Amino acid sequence: MSKVLFSSITKKFVMALAGLFLLTFLPVHLIINLMLLKSEPRPFNNAAHFMATFPLIKIMEVVLIGVIVIHVSFGIWLQIRNWLSRPVGYVSGNKSEVSFFSRFMIWTGATIFTFLVLHFFNFYFVKLGLVAGNPEDFYTIAHNLFKIPAYNYIYLTCFALLGFHLFHAFSSAFQTLGLNHRLWTPVIKIVALVYAIIIPAGFAFISITLWLFR
Amino acid sequence: MKLTLKIWRQKNADAKGNFETYKMDNVSPKMAFLEMLDALNKKLVEEDKDPVAFDHDCREGICGSCGMYINGHPHGPVSAITTCHLSMRYFKEGETIWVEPWRAKPFPVIKDLIVDRTAFDKIQIAGGFISVNTGAAPEANSILIQKKKSDDAFDSAICIGCGACVAACKNASAMLFVSAKISQFALLPQGHIEAKERVRAMVIKMDEVGFGNCSNTGACEAECPKQIKLTNIARLNREYYKAY
Repeated sequence: MSKVLFSSITKKFVMALAGLFLLTFLPVHLIINLMLLKSEPRPFNNAAHFMATFPLIKIMEVVLIGVIVIHVSFGIWLQIRNWLSRPVGYVSGNKSEVSFFSRFMIWTGATIFTFLVLHFFNFYFVKLGLVAGNPEDFYTIAHNLFKIPAYNYIYLTCFALLGFHLFHAFSSAFQTLGLNHRLWTPVIKIVALVYAIIIPAGFAFISITLWLFR
Repeated sequence: MKLTLKIWRQKNADAKGNFETYKMDNVSPKMAFLEMLDALNKKLVEEDKDPVAFDHDCREGICGSCGMYINGHPHGPVSAITTCHLSMRYFKEGETIWVEPWRAKPFPVIKDLIVDRTAFDKIQIAGGFISVNTGAAPEANSILIQKKKSDDAFDSAICIGCGACVAACKNASAMLFVSAKISQFALLPQGHIEAKERVRAMVIKMDEVGFGNCSNTGACEAECPKQIKLTNIARLNREYYKAY
């Protein structure tokens, strides 16, 4: 039974579902972050307060962290197995024509996860009282962070890598779930491209605006 | 043509192995890659040296024996052909050609460019068949099959099990091979009876023998000499979910 539960396809199925769930969270986060562009701190702080206190959202927060943990741990588990499956590599490299970003999923994923840890230190741990700061004024915390050039460099790099990760992940998840269709798969690939550009571009727009134009 | 060959030499499965350099003169562009290796081996035998061991059988592109990794590609840099169909005219005058065996934990090197591909046989034995009583051939029209399905099943069944998909995949995954073997039955009514047992057994065996996981990069499809499609992998996933 354990062979079935932890078969390569089952693990990938879990990865794909977790990934698709995470895809739904990003637009919500982006919409809230767009309120940072307002000169008035209240709308963003109210939204942040609502996200921190509304019972259903609090349940979703636990689910979200659980899904992140599952996605990351299954990703590492699968990757270790992949490395073990080819103990000796090729001297002449691998020149096969492949989806470019698919080659670096573990590395783009690792960078995004590292950013997530930084993000938790800046915001989530403040909310939990683990790090000093005013949890009722995330607007000021965010604005202060976006004034630091190094933070913006890290932020923009990570969101560019997030775009690369999302571009392959989006369509790959459907393939893993067995949803490959002559007509729909090309549409999914276009949606993946649009999603992978719009979401990181939205976050990057906020970063650049607050950094250079405020 | 004058060429420099860098070929992986390994005495046996336990030996360390290394690349040896061979200079080749008078290689005809009309030669097949394996004929060029035959010419090299003739030269090595005449010099009382050990010839390069490589797998080959039909030399017609249908047996899947002649797998080797040439200049970063399984079966060489030309798509949709096996090594035996690779012509020397695809290489440039003075080119250095790297020749390596398939690299994957389930495909250990036996000698030089020959790898042990019985891992594929183990997967096939686990479930890649239908159970029928032998005897007289049944009437061909007794089970009607939609033309499209019949064609798709045939497109999957032409997999020759050469292992290029595993060799090309950055994860050494065998999903394209297994998916072709699953699809050739899943698409036909004769395959439906044992469908669940088949997919469970073949996937478990695939994992057991040590292949990596599919990350949908598409290298397998790009390098498959029989152009087996990634849609087979999606079908394998569907069949697997349906089996539970």
